[in-house]
Amino acid sequence: MTTFLQIDLPAALTALFATLVCALAGNFLVLRREALLGDALSHAVLPGIVVGFLLSGTRAALPMILGAAGAAVLAAVLVHFVRRYGRVEPGAALGVVFTVMFALGVVMLEQGAAHRVDLDPDCVLYGQLETVIWLAAQGPGSLIDPAALAQLPRELVTLAVTFSILAALTAWFWKEIKISTFDPELATSLGIPANFFRFGVTLAAAVATVVSFEAVGSILVVAMLVCPAAAARLVANRFGSQLAVALAIAAFTAIAGYTAAAFGPAALGAPIALNAAGMIAALAGCILGVAALFTRHGGPWRRAAAQPA
Amino acid sequence: MTFIGSEAFVRLVEVFTLQAGYNANTVMAGTAVLGAAAGVVGTFVFLRGRALISDALSHATLPGIVLAFLAGSALGFQTRSLPLLLVGATLSGLVGVLAMHALTRIRRITEDAAIGAVLGSFFGLGVVLLSYVQTLSAGGQAGLHHFLLGQAAAMARSEAITIAVLAAFALILVVLFFKEFRLAAFDREFAAGIGWPVSAIDLGMAALGVAVTVIGLQTVGLVMIVALLVVPPVAARFWSNDVKVIALVAGVVGAFSAFTGAAASYAFTSVPTGAAIVLAAGAFAVFSLFFAPKRGIIGVAFAALRFRLDLAQARWLSSVAKGNEAAPRDPLVRAYLRMAGLTGGAGMPTAAARASAPEVSRNLDLWIAALARRPESVPPGVRFGIDRARDVLPSDLIAEIEGRAA
Repeated sequence: MTTFLQIDLPAALTALFATLVCALAGNFLVLRREALLGDALSHAVLPGIVVGFLLSGTRAALPMILGAAGAAVLAAVLVHFVRRYGRVEPGAALGVVFTVMFALGVVMLEQGAAHRVDLDPDCVLYGQLETVIWLAAQGPGSLIDPAALAQLPRELVTLAVTFSILAALTAWFWKEIKISTFDPELATSLGIPANFFRFGVTLAAAVATVVSFEAVGSILVVAMLVCPAAAARLVANRFGSQLAVALAIAAFTAIAGYTAAAFGPAALGAPIALNAAGMIAALAGCILGVAALFTRHGGPWRRAAAQPA
Repeated sequence: MTFIGSEAFVRLVEVFTLQAGYNANTVMAGTAVLGAAAGVVGTFVFLRGRALISDALSHATLPGIVLAFLAGSALGFQTRSLPLLLVGATLSGLVGVLAMHALTRIRRITEDAAIGAVLGSFFGLGVVLLSYVQTLSAGGQAGLHHFLLGQAAAMARSEAITIAVLAAFALILVVLFFKEFRLAAFDREFAAGIGWPVSAIDLGMAALGVAVTVIGLQTVGLVMIVALLVVPPVAARFWSNDVKVIALVAGVVGAFSAFTGAAASYAFTSVPTGAAIVLAAGAFAVFSLFFAPKRGIIGVAFAALRFRLDLAQARWLSSVAKGNEAAPRDPLVRAYLRMAGLTGGAGMPTAAARASAPEVSRNLDLWIAALARRPESVPPGVRFGIDRARDVLPSDLIAEIEGRAA
């Protein structure tokens, strides 16, 4: 029980909040056809995160987020420059900027100083769910013991707080965000600052990317952003239900994926644990695959059924 | 201790001057060939807007690489066998591309979502498999790691030769079919109209993209291989509008970046090769963005300033010809006129200015009339009011204007 509280519960909860944060932001990205923004951001912020670490010397969330925000702004400016002066199509401009910045981040990681704060390319690629532990937990009593709760892993707290803030903001500005996403012109004519909300949603996606990055890694963030939202879009027809379905899928993949990775092999007789973040991403992809197979929006199953024999 | 005297610097010089040993030289040469092939093939990937699809493809190779490794150990190979891993990578990359295609056929899934979904979830599967392999005691499993960020220094000579031969083969194919690829990339309808098998050419081009991606996995790593396909062509794009020149420059940039990256990974063993290669290519791209003469930021800004001043000069000469000799108000233009020897000390036109004024004025009037009548027949790339209208404008338009004036 104590092992579960110390190791599995914090890791699973961290995974849960990471997928929830990503699914929330991903919904808007997928609707706005900006899914790859998450991909670009999750790579481009790396040098900023490393600079944040190096300057603060700690792995506190704030310097990391500030550094990442700086890098994200730099990336946006560079993409603009490459598109404007290179007359390069947006996809390639994005590709150039985010890979070069990611490479810069990787080299900075390897230059020694970052090792002090225990950040390495492995963490960047796969995340560090396995290292999220709650040593203060001594039994079920710890769950209501303020002293023990104060020792909860930093990643978990950051993600939970971020999710709560983003969820509250989404609920508060629900109507405005909805109209700005679907019909910016109508929003403007109603006096809603559509550009402000669109920018806000992009910012939310950037924050979601950065805070989940550490837990699940830069590439798996992309799966968390896209898969639940895309699957929900095949199932639900209204914006609200789509968001609810995406969050439900995200929660399911986090719990099921973590369970499968941590306890699956043992149940099959092999005393090992697999990478949980990878398992969650793969599971999210499977769910999207199943949804795509059976959807009425042109899925192969329905198409085959519609063909006369 | 300064950097110049440091051990790392000595090592760097040693590597760059090809004194790091036979094995290192082979690996660096092989990587350079790979870079050249990636730059040239990438030119077409980039022109067709397929950059991000290659990114999804390269991430989707990870499960195949690990499964091929597992199959290899099950079949009793002692160390990882490169050809087997490359076959696994190709198969799984192709499955990823097919999954992406299938997803985009569904109405509510856009291409960007399909790319993101395939990229993330295939990579996730690969990471799970990799974490399984790490619990095994199979030989060579540590090397699998290099497929993520690339590690040229860990490559065997035979592997480098395999890679070089495959890359050279891809390069030769592009050179042989250059004309076909160029036309299919730029004017599909025309190519189809004259009876070329456009779909087959497209497929061939895509296959070359897949081939280069897979060949480059071990050196550059699957996370950043897309950069080797895209960054050199983007850098090259600043230097020319001609596909041949772009492909050539991209090939050279790719080869240099790859060589530099491989050399850096010998000198500083902790730096992943992929990152070093991408940074080298990125440096070329940034340099080109600013300094390429025709399309770079500085060149474009300079040409724009030059155009503004030349046009102001033509307008001033035209007004001189028409009797108004007042100097222009803009001090920059005044300085420009003085430098060109067109105005004297008091801002009055010199003899040279008076001599050329009537001709410049007639030319400017022709331009104004041409633009007012048929702006669509002004060819691109000419400088309004400055180039000789008679030389660059269609002769029938000139005749039309002069006929009307007469």
